[in-house]
Amino acid sequence: MNASLDRSTVQAPRILPCGDCALSVEFGDTIDPEINGKVLALDDALRVAAVPGILETVPTYRSLMVHFDPTMADYAGLSQRLLSEAQALTSQTVAGRRWKVPVVYGGAYGSDLDDVAERHGMSPSRLIELHAGAVYRIYMIGFMPGFAYLGGLDPQLATPRRVQPRARIPAGSIIIGGAQAAVASIECPSGWHLLGRTPVRSYAPDRDPVFLFSAGDEIVFDPIDEARWAALERAAEAGEPVAEQVTP
Amino acid sequence: MTALVVKSCGPMTSLQDHGRYGYQRFGVSPSGAMDRRGLALANALVGNPPWTAAIEFVHLGGILSVSGGDLHIAVAGADCVLKIDGKPVPPRSTATLEDGQTAEIGPARSGTFAYLAVAGGFSAPPQLRSQSLHLRSRMGGLEGRPLQAGDLLECRETAHPGAHMHLPADFAQEDGPIRVMLGPQDDYFAPEAIRAFLESEFTVSSHADRMGFQLTGPTLAHAKGFNIVSDGIVEGHIQVPGSGQPIVLMRDRQTAGGYPKIATVISADLDRLAQVRPGSPIRFRAVDRDEAVAAARAFKAWVESLPAALIPLRWTPTTEDLLAANLIGGTVHALDPVLPE
Repeated sequence: MNASLDRSTVQAPRILPCGDCALSVEFGDTIDPEINGKVLALDDALRVAAVPGILETVPTYRSLMVHFDPTMADYAGLSQRLLSEAQALTSQTVAGRRWKVPVVYGGAYGSDLDDVAERHGMSPSRLIELHAGAVYRIYMIGFMPGFAYLGGLDPQLATPRRVQPRARIPAGSIIIGGAQAAVASIECPSGWHLLGRTPVRSYAPDRDPVFLFSAGDEIVFDPIDEARWAALERAAEAGEPVAEQVTP
Repeated sequence: MTALVVKSCGPMTSLQDHGRYGYQRFGVSPSGAMDRRGLALANALVGNPPWTAAIEFVHLGGILSVSGGDLHIAVAGADCVLKIDGKPVPPRSTATLEDGQTAEIGPARSGTFAYLAVAGGFSAPPQLRSQSLHLRSRMGGLEGRPLQAGDLLECRETAHPGAHMHLPADFAQEDGPIRVMLGPQDDYFAPEAIRAFLESEFTVSSHADRMGFQLTGPTLAHAKGFNIVSDGIVEGHIQVPGSGQPIVLMRDRQTAGGYPKIATVISADLDRLAQVRPGSPIRFRAVDRDEAVAAARAFKAWVESLPAALIPLRWTPTTEDLLAANLIGGTVHALDPVLPE
């Protein structure tokens, strides 16, 4: 699918029922910064508006899930209001915070790095250069607490998911799958490819903030060596964020 | 300090309350009791607010003893016999566990999830405002894990645990097909697939846990492929992966997913679905929003009416009373293993 086709999928927002306790405001069906920007803009607007009956909103790549109490909210009124809010807003293209995330690439930290490089006919150092050279947008947090789904992977690095998923990958794994990239937050199963590992804990139950990243934030990766890893790992263990907030 | 000591229990025994809401945007599953009706009833019987954390037993029961004082307890949800020092307690009733006594929760005779509530609740520290265990993210529960033999559960102090109560009649649940609302991606399925979904019998497979129930039945063909860009997941969503065999997402569901969702179980019927055992048949019926909301209101009203609906327990039951009371507990699948008590 080429870029112009992608554009044509930007559609008028529509409401999809999700049982009696939720609805989804859908802005499109592709991974697109403009669509995601609208999702986040509506999320922000609703946070400010504090609509009665709405319990929780969950932004995703392309839609905003709105959880409500069906005994408190009138569905027809709520949908009407959400649709008019959604039509009125402009895409939130201003990014949130930008984080510099240290990564040790390859070896025991990224066991698939060499294979992925070979598959794409490039040296491992070229792969690292391309992966760490991009600015990634966090489209959504999901799957696991703090797990960040990223857009912005260099198309040369797009790699089909593994045929056989792994039962578990370590917390902090830096992974790619298809055209997507991610920072894994906790140990979890995954069919994506492991390129490296970060000492950053995007979810740390005993730290304030518990969650480091939000949808709409940006991430740049900073290659580090094992010695630096050891120091940062100790700091992260002690509750420091380790990821640095940087200006674009 | 009063505490319950776990002598033995099944492998997925955990603390569960109403769930962990407000953090789905960070990928945190709400979790919470699989059968909220059972949780609310067990809590009402010991004078607690409906969503206080209780011990959730999964199919198998457990044995617990109390130390440090007397404790009011109650069991509800799946049909289990509660015995205190070997003496059975009438169903839907409060009981006192005196210091040093042992409570035995028998295996479920019908249903799967049973709840043991204690007056005042447990003092395990909440994580993100909930004591519910979500095992995959090691959040909540006792140190982020299920209960096991040797665990000591501290109980909160209660000024006055109240009288022994009994609920004469349980919540009148629908016993027909599980009610669903179509969507959000029913347009990804051909009309024949929707018809097959609503007109066929499915079986809850052995792959059924707190996260989701895998169903087996007719293959539901997709009309537009089965890869969508991941969007939000709510409990009760019925997603259909490439195999065409639907999965109902339950309390421990993930917060986002990439398969089309043909329909969503209405909130009032999720407790009933949770108690359907692996190997048992189910059917679905599509309803409109009005019926779903009316059912949600009826459930809310029932929970709110519980304190007033309880009557003081004066009944000293005979074995015959107990057998009679339990006969209405539900049906048991002929192929289910009979577990030793």
